[in-house]
Amino acid sequence: MSTETLTIGKALNLGLRRAMEDDAKVVLMGEDIGKLGGVFRITDGLQKDFGDARVVDTPLAEAGILGTAVGLAMRGYRPVCEIQFDGFVFPAYNQIVTQVAKIHARSKGRLPMPIVIRIPFGGGIGAVEHHSESPEAYFAHTAGLKVVAVSTPSDAYWGIQQAITHPDPIVFLEPKRRYWEKGEVDTDATPDPLFASRVLRGGDDVTVLAYGPMVKTALQAAEAAAEEGRSLEVVDLRTLSPLDLEPVYASVRRTGRCVVVHEAPTTLGLGAEIAARVTETCFHSLEAPVLRVGGYDTPYPPSKLEEEYLPDLDRVLDAVDRSLGF
Amino acid sequence: MSALSQTTEVVDPVPGADAPHLPGQPDLVQLLTPEGERVEHPEYSLDVTDDELRSLYRDLALVRRWDVEATALQRQGELGIWASLLGQEAAQVGAGRALAADDMAFPTYREHGVAWTRGVDPLHVISLFRGVDQGGWDPVATKFNLYTVVIGAQTLHATGYAMGLQRDGAESATLAFLGDGATSQGEVNEAMIWAATFSAPVVFFCQNNQYAISVPIERQSRVPLFRRAAGFGFPGVRVDGNDVLAVLAVTRAALAAARDGQGPTFIEAFTYRMGAHTTSDDPTRYRLASELEEWKLRDPIARLKAYLSRSGIADADFFTSVDAEGDQLAVRIRQGTLEMPDPAGTEIFDHVYAEQTPELARQREEFVAYHASFEGAES
Repeated sequence: MSTETLTIGKALNLGLRRAMEDDAKVVLMGEDIGKLGGVFRITDGLQKDFGDARVVDTPLAEAGILGTAVGLAMRGYRPVCEIQFDGFVFPAYNQIVTQVAKIHARSKGRLPMPIVIRIPFGGGIGAVEHHSESPEAYFAHTAGLKVVAVSTPSDAYWGIQQAITHPDPIVFLEPKRRYWEKGEVDTDATPDPLFASRVLRGGDDVTVLAYGPMVKTALQAAEAAAEEGRSLEVVDLRTLSPLDLEPVYASVRRTGRCVVVHEAPTTLGLGAEIAARVTETCFHSLEAPVLRVGGYDTPYPPSKLEEEYLPDLDRVLDAVDRSLGF
Repeated sequence: MSALSQTTEVVDPVPGADAPHLPGQPDLVQLLTPEGERVEHPEYSLDVTDDELRSLYRDLALVRRWDVEATALQRQGELGIWASLLGQEAAQVGAGRALAADDMAFPTYREHGVAWTRGVDPLHVISLFRGVDQGGWDPVATKFNLYTVVIGAQTLHATGYAMGLQRDGAESATLAFLGDGATSQGEVNEAMIWAATFSAPVVFFCQNNQYAISVPIERQSRVPLFRRAAGFGFPGVRVDGNDVLAVLAVTRAALAAARDGQGPTFIEAFTYRMGAHTTSDDPTRYRLASELEEWKLRDPIARLKAYLSRSGIADADFFTSVDAEGDQLAVRIRQGTLEMPDPAGTEIFDHVYAEQTPELARQREEFVAYHASFEGAES
């Protein structure tokens, strides 16, 4: 067993490196990912070691990154596209939704699209507009795409490798404000499946679901609740499309209560889908309606207000109180 | 005088921009005049045998026959829609016949003539417009990608594929088809920037058929389209798109240059869509009958026929046999269309993912069970 303590950012870097070593067809493409190593340094040192044909500094055009990735995938390559910030994915949205997502079906499986779209997502870093968004619902709503969100260094290290070897296109969401969070990574382990949620903390009173940057917040809330004698079960969804809700159903059948937490605007966010499914499936076990804690239905605010916008520990605990109050 | 006019030198950015869209100017590469006379061009010669010339005529005539039959099938309610290539046969056959076996073509949705040259069965194209599938041909085996309906998206795919060819050391190229309207798309511009930057072996083949549905080329560009290539840093050529020989020569040269590592070329095939954009629109609303009449005089098939007859390369028997072959093709298309089975309902679930998701597997089961529940019921 080889265990290292790594940040999420470094774990991604090592995961990318290992994927590139394992398969010469893996090609990284994005803006500033070469000499600079990416604005978050996730690709640091990779161009130096693998060359500029495998770590491609692209022209500044997101649709171009994704559109050429389609052609490369048709030629047997496995492109890993870095979108610099979440808000910049929209120029590429057409290629992702009308092309990347549909070509496998359109071609009756003759043209696989093993493309990974890495997006640093979510707020909390004090950035200017378009640098702090949560676009996951757009992609999860699109048939043909799969969407995952990592929250720990271990998942980051393994998840990026699993995403790259997976045959379908994957939107790979990286919680940018957690890039510097540290954790243990066993680089020899057998990783959990990519498309599986995971109970991170057991509890009996309320099931709390979160993914990406909100996982840490949910765990902090559970810690705080425990001091008041309340036992929260925290589930890291990990996979947003397909959703893996069987462990959630099992949990809710025990606790009778469910709170979904995410940063994205609440209306028509993933929480809405999860609430509907949990209600359909666990109706007779529920003691309270499934509650959502999300961003407001506003554009992401100026950074001086983002702490107001983002769900925090107190808003999660407030929802837990409301759930228990039914 | 204002300060602005004193300090600003106003330069016409585009010489000749006042009349950018007229054919018959020196920039237009032509090897066969509208009257069917063979002419030479200093930069583009063409070495073709008589057999090849007859074969090109056959392609043009059969592709038109296919198109006419498909249009009729749509009018009779057998196809949801049809995008006619009438008038663009030479541009498509010329470009398609310039491809080498290992080159890859990336069409839009009107490139039936190119499909023909790649050996794609017309019924596999018809099935798309009948709503049976999204294109029944194998894009890997035919080296003819599936149709792309979102305007311009395929130019990036062609460029990426060309980058793949480059990496693999393959001596092949890609041919990206687009229309005049597509040149306004951001993605097409990105594709050209990419192609130039990476010197990708891709040829952009623009059929300027003068209209993007109803909007004329003047609403897309102030400059002749082929001149745009200079701004991206690669050659642009305008060819008479109704002259199959010129299109073949120009496209062959551009593909050869691409395979040779000389990077992209932009070809503007100057042509005209004789029919509607699709069977859903009415071109009499947006263009003059006189314009159509004028273009009829430049018909791509009539001019090759005139040349072949006049030069003795083909005789009346040849043309009669091609006509007969066209009639047989039309019968095959008609029967094949009418006999085309509807797809099984479960097909919608089958290829969404390479690795099926549990949710979709569940929905598929639900679909099957729901439909099974009607079995044996009164209709």
